Amino acid sequence: MESLGNIILYFVAALSIMVFSVLTVTTKKILRSATYLMFVLLATAVIYFQMNYEFLGAVQIAVYAGGIVVLFVFAIMLTHKPGKDAEPLTMHKKWLGLAASLLGVAVCGYALFSYAKFCGAKITAVSTMDMSELGHTLLSTEKLGYLLPFEAISVLLLACIIGGVVIARKR
Amino acid sequence: MYLVPSLVMFGCGVFGFITRKNMIAILISLELMLNSVDINFVVFNRFLYPEQTEGMFFTLFAIAIAAAETAVAIALIINVYRVVKNVDINQLTKLKF
Repeated sequence: MESLGNIILYFVAALSIMVFSVLTVTTKKILRSATYLMFVLLATAVIYFQMNYEFLGAVQIAVYAGGIVVLFVFAIMLTHKPGKDAEPLTMHKKWLGLAASLLGVAVCGYALFSYAKFCGAKITAVSTMDMSELGHTLLSTEKLGYLLPFEAISVLLLACIIGGVVIARKR
Repeated sequence: MYLVPSLVMFGCGVFGFITRKNMIAILISLELMLNSVDINFVVFNRFLYPEQTEGMFFTLFAIAIAAAETAVAIALIINVYRVVKNVDINQLTKLKF
């Protein structure tokens, strides 16, 4: 966060995250909601890149903005008539949701700003992992190695593929 | 200071999760919440423990699990649509006890 360009980039990313996430949950058309979600995810990737997690930003773009948003758009196209708006919200549900979210944001925001000395911390000397180190960590069985979760994720993804096919196929 | 957009994003996710009627919209709000938690993990890893990498790997696995969960949920939604011709949660009352 030293140079001016970094600060400007942070403000652009943070502002776009806030504005587009509000738009995502308030817009009437569901396809627009998916598009705003994609903008939010891309701005998140910008934040990851800014914190020197290049691999994480790339994964965020590839999996979230590339995969999940396309999946959402497919599902919306399959299940909605184009051009139809969502129904207007009922009043008490709207107030309930507004109260719950504002209460949560207020409590967390108070906790955040009462520890505001943390806000000024700058990114310490860049100890970024290069790609080969990351791969070795991901597949090592020693301390701080991630082989077991890696394999668990692979089994989970396989089960998920099979489950998706079984659930969604025509009978 | 990176936590502020994440906080706002989580609040929006909660609001959307409670108020929206459409199942896909609810799923989108859920993605917002997951994403804000991912940002939190990465920020705490970078600012508090910059020489360790647990937060980054946790986020990596969380992204993979989010993808799997979304795929299964969308398969379920498409199947529900095929049976009921609707994805509105007010009209999906057949399973209600």
